Amino acid sequence: MSKNGAAIQFQDISLERGETLILKGITDTIYKGKITALVGPSGAGKTTLLKLCNGLISPTNGEIIVDQHPITEFEPTTLRRQVGIVLQNAPMIRGSVFDNLALPIKLQRSNLHTEEAISMLNNVGLDESFLTRDAYELSGGQKQKVAIARTLMNRPKILLLDEITSALDPVSKGEIEQLIRKINKEYGVTIIWITHNLQQAKDIGDFIWVMMKGQLVESGDKSIFEHTKNSKVQQFFEGKF
Amino acid sequence: MTYTTLALTLIFVLIPLILSKTLNLGLEKDTLVATVRSIIQLLAVGYVLKFVFDADSYLYMFLMITLMIVAATLNARKKGKAIKGITWKIATTLIIVEVVTQSILLGLNIVPATAQYIIPISGMLIGNSMVLSILFLNRFTAEIEATKDSIELVLSLGGTSKQAIHMQLKSAIRASMIPTIESQKTIGLVQLPGMMSGQIIGGADPVVAVQFQILIIFALLTTAALSSILVGFLSYPTLFNDRLQYIENSTSK
Repeated sequence: MSKNGAAIQFQDISLERGETLILKGITDTIYKGKITALVGPSGAGKTTLLKLCNGLISPTNGEIIVDQHPITEFEPTTLRRQVGIVLQNAPMIRGSVFDNLALPIKLQRSNLHTEEAISMLNNVGLDESFLTRDAYELSGGQKQKVAIARTLMNRPKILLLDEITSALDPVSKGEIEQLIRKINKEYGVTIIWITHNLQQAKDIGDFIWVMMKGQLVESGDKSIFEHTKNSKVQQFFEGKF
Repeated sequence: MTYTTLALTLIFVLIPLILSKTLNLGLEKDTLVATVRSIIQLLAVGYVLKFVFDADSYLYMFLMITLMIVAATLNARKKGKAIKGITWKIATTLIIVEVVTQSILLGLNIVPATAQYIIPISGMLIGNSMVLSILFLNRFTAEIEATKDSIELVLSLGGTSKQAIHMQLKSAIRASMIPTIESQKTIGLVQLPGMMSGQIIGGADPVVAVQFQILIIFALLTTAALSSILVGFLSYPTLFNDRLQYIENSTSK
């Protein structure tokens, strides 16, 4: 695929924290309009990689190119609206679901209209009765849906999802997978999805990235599940660690 | 009061010492240190004040107030030592508080411009400002530690550092100001303030003592608001870098 099809390019990305090397020499491309499933054991650096894309942290070495521009050329606030992230555990702010949906709009010193909020809620499979519900009282699945809707309020071109279904029941999990497919297909949003569930990665990912100990050890289409030459990746796929 | 009579008040030190020993509270050493320090510090300040009042020199007044600000800064900074540049941030706050309050008091001729008024009033206001700064820093750092998720959330959605820290800042400012406001609600009913009581014991007209106390409690309100807001607004930018990223461990070490 050509560079024009690149949503994000990682060029020899490393990140150090004191003496610890958290990410090491990551070089690869995330393609526009595709879903990339990011898998790997705990502590592999997956969440850190997502936060780099959203600009919540910066690499120690290397360059990240977003939409053909070095990430450092973006105003941080502009970048974060364009590259939205749904954080693990879907933190809610105090208040109603409406308050949570209105947050990204308020940050731009504007107001969210009720019709817009209802429309976004419907998009994520929740009805308008949720608008006035206390965000802290929602179930895990409902919080995840509200968190996705809240991030979508910024109309991001790229959506980063950090283990958004790991604590959900199978029904909620299925609903969210369906929702993400819809966002990807209907709105052409590029998606990077961290998951611990290899079956989910197979089902939903156009591309699969495997990270281990801060390195990107394997990447490609779904065929890597069958044809990986890396013995450690093979062991990981077989659930051996 | 003679020194012999004053010595009898040491009974008030003996009571907590005996209680601490009996109940195994382990506070004997701290109580003794506090007692000795308060005797030395207060006697010393008494003689220094007598000297400054007699000299009636603006230079000595300035030096005395500077000393108060330095001592208060060194004490308050301990609570926010992980915040970059906290010493000068607190010092700036105390200086602004002193300049604003004294400008109003002296500029509008509310009190005479003599050491007898300026120094005790400065002491009360700087002392209160120090306590407010400590209360603010205590609450602010605890709030940040407890709500890192929401700071990250606001930043991740495209918020600025000020928007990300707004809730924690507001909550810490409110929490640090509440004791000042609440204590003023019951002043005169539950407690007779120290300055007023001192003046009355010293033989001043109670009405005059009350007038001065009112002056002080109003000034303390300004001090409270200015202190927490200034320390807050001077401190929060150092918690983020120029890419609007929260700097880990910027409030705790």
